[in-house]
Amino acid sequence: MSTAVDMPRFVRAQQVEALPPPSLTRGPIAWVRENLFSGPFNTVLTLVVFYLLYVSVPPLVKFLFIDAVWSGTDRAVCRADMGGSESGACWAFIRDKINYFTYGSYTVSERWRVNIFFALLAIGVVWLLWLKAPRRDLGAVYFFWLFPIASYILLTGGNATFSGRFWLGFLIFGALVIAFFAFVAAILKVSLRPALIIGGGIVGVVGVTLALVDMDFGLAHVPTSLWGGILVTLLVATVGIVFSLPFGIVLALGRRSKLPIVRMASVIFIEFVRGVPLITVLIMANTMLPLFLPGDITVDRLLRPLIGTALFASAYMAEVVRGGLQAMPKGQYEGAMSLGLNYPQMMILIILPQALRIVIPGIVNTFIGLFKDTSLVAIVGIFDLVKTIEASRIDPNWAAPSIGLTGYAFAALFYFIFCFGMSRYSLGVERRLASGQKR
Amino acid sequence: MNTGEDGLNKPAVRGFSSVQTVVSQTSPPKKSFLYDPKVRGIFYQVLLVAIVSYLFYVAATNAIENLQRAKIASGFGFLENTAGFDISQSLIQFSAAGSTYGDAFIVGLLNTLIVSAIGIFFTTILGFLIGIARLSKNWMVAKVAMVYVEVLRNVPLLVQLLFWYIAVLGSLPHPRDSINMGAGFYLNARGLFMPSPVYASDIWAIPAALLIGLIGTFLYRRWAKAKQEKTGEQSPVGLVTLGLVLGLPILTWVVLAIVGANPISFELPRKGTFNLTGGMQILPEFVALLLGLTTYTAAFIAEVVRAGILAVSKGQTEAAGSLGLKPGQILRLVVIPQAMRVIVPPLTSQYLNLTKNSSLAVAIGYPDLVQVFMGTVLNQTGQAIEVIVITMGVYLTISLVTSAVMNIYNRRVAIVER
Repeated sequence: MSTAVDMPRFVRAQQVEALPPPSLTRGPIAWVRENLFSGPFNTVLTLVVFYLLYVSVPPLVKFLFIDAVWSGTDRAVCRADMGGSESGACWAFIRDKINYFTYGSYTVSERWRVNIFFALLAIGVVWLLWLKAPRRDLGAVYFFWLFPIASYILLTGGNATFSGRFWLGFLIFGALVIAFFAFVAAILKVSLRPALIIGGGIVGVVGVTLALVDMDFGLAHVPTSLWGGILVTLLVATVGIVFSLPFGIVLALGRRSKLPIVRMASVIFIEFVRGVPLITVLIMANTMLPLFLPGDITVDRLLRPLIGTALFASAYMAEVVRGGLQAMPKGQYEGAMSLGLNYPQMMILIILPQALRIVIPGIVNTFIGLFKDTSLVAIVGIFDLVKTIEASRIDPNWAAPSIGLTGYAFAALFYFIFCFGMSRYSLGVERRLASGQKR
Repeated sequence: MNTGEDGLNKPAVRGFSSVQTVVSQTSPPKKSFLYDPKVRGIFYQVLLVAIVSYLFYVAATNAIENLQRAKIASGFGFLENTAGFDISQSLIQFSAAGSTYGDAFIVGLLNTLIVSAIGIFFTTILGFLIGIARLSKNWMVAKVAMVYVEVLRNVPLLVQLLFWYIAVLGSLPHPRDSINMGAGFYLNARGLFMPSPVYASDIWAIPAALLIGLIGTFLYRRWAKAKQEKTGEQSPVGLVTLGLVLGLPILTWVVLAIVGANPISFELPRKGTFNLTGGMQILPEFVALLLGLTTYTAAFIAEVVRAGILAVSKGQTEAAGSLGLKPGQILRLVVIPQAMRVIVPPLTSQYLNLTKNSSLAVAIGYPDLVQVFMGTVLNQTGQAIEVIVITMGVYLTISLVTSAVMNIYNRRVAIVER
């Protein structure tokens, strides 16, 4: 007991003075303190950024929205000396010219055809890119075969009027192709049926394509020189993707091939194209393509840069696809081979479906690059969106100081919406694929 | 037992006979050499060569025929012909009357190289700043950097260049109302005018001083490294390098100037009634191109840098910390060397992209290789094939040399595994 009395000498008799309350750890003020003013350096940084925003954002908002002119029929509304306002963007100019920016000089009464083309394109893109869409294999057939034919017929009017001689020639050629397949089957001593089906299929697809192109749907012919604006921008981009994906896959397979000459040819093509700027490829397509063809054949002026961009994009696509092929574990190849599949079967059934799936983000990124690069066709004189803006900029009816910046702001907005949308999509796919890998 | 022996024997016999049938099948002539992958490989390759050479043959014969019909000369002789046009910016002497197409090619090439070199310098700084800013703990800084990257990456460079060109040109005054920025700098719609250096005969002293500085730096670094390996003592390498490489030439200049043999004097632009004469002129096209290329490529470099820094795992930083390194040392000795291994290859390809994108100069009229050679010279001579081959050859050489150097670098810094 005595010990109990002696011991508690160190026990404090008085209440300790309370500590100050902890500084806020949650709520907006704490967040601001944590993220913006956590130290002297950070505070200075925040203040500098605020100053930069103060300098840049209000004038931009003022130019784009507050001082902007939204409606009007000619330059008067956007010129100070004619009673208008010239300190803001001249959106009236865009509104007045929007049809030109969309269709170029496409015949006015036929523009519904372009609208259908836009709709068909949207269907194809959604079908292919929406990972849960039904029957995406049919979507591929649609996008890479039916859609191009339909677009060609819609936009040009079709009705190519092939001569009777052409069709006779095609029939003979088709018969020869089928006979060749049968001949090969006979040499290899395999059954005739699949050979006939493949040969007949190829001839049939080409024949149906040509017949559709030849058919008269009663659509008026619209020469490509009249096409322009967003139509051409989307067209160049679409042709680029429709062509570059299959061709890029072929090049990538060629680069991974064991055959030295095939590999070398693919490497030379890919490295050559990736080593030069697109603009030189476009100028080459523009000036050299006509040289390389017999004198009586003329290549459509719109077709030349289309070929150029498609070849250019396929080299980049090939590298993306190669990445996917290399990422496939070797077991996949060996497993396919041990099942007795031959090379085409192994690639089409086993490797490519998996490899292409993992490079969807890369493909979309290449496509974003391609979409931005389509603006370069303006330099070789094709009336895409940028060129139509350039052309409208010097229209005397709209001669005002803010026209140029307004036009480019519009172009920038257009490209931004498309490219940003695509990049978000590719990010989403990337996350989905990553989550699939984690499990 | 009997049946068992039978059971043991039978498969063996069967196996033997099946081996026999396989042997008899693979022997000719039934499903013969056409199934041999080697033979097939040769067949495919011969087919490819045949198709490609046929295409080349057709293209070549058509080209020869078309050129003859259009009466266009061929060969590279045109490089010796008088150019007959002026170029607004040239680093070497160039005049319409006295210079050849070959000179025009060199002028264009130099203009491409100079805008690329300056662009690479600035875009690296800007790109690294923004890349680091995206990782900043400061929310404001990170978000602003993110918006910058997203906007700049998703708008075509051509639109940005045209925008800058109008923005730059539009904000500049008429030559008569030039802005005097002092010290001989003037700004107007024809560009930025500044003093141009005039070199005296003593100018050799400065490059010589620089050379001595470089050699000195090299020797000092070797000595410092040897000393550190022996004793562990560190030397102020950075300061000495700075002093030798920058300080020595400046010191030489100052001493020479005091002695009275100033090697560099400046010619100031003079203001005439209509325009400025003399001095050095920087074209607005050059400024617009430089701004466009720098800001655009910086957005891509920022992403490269961000990815590189994120690629260094946190364990590295923590391990370095547990070894007792200070934060600055951790960054300098552990994080940055490893991040650079990830950053450098894509960074080089961004540099190449910038060089290739400088060809968009043609859209705003800056006289680069494509504008001068593929534009004016091609239109004047009509010798499309030669001009295109030369131009593409230049870009291809730059690309291939860079990637060759890159491969060597990669081999040097690659992690040696087991």
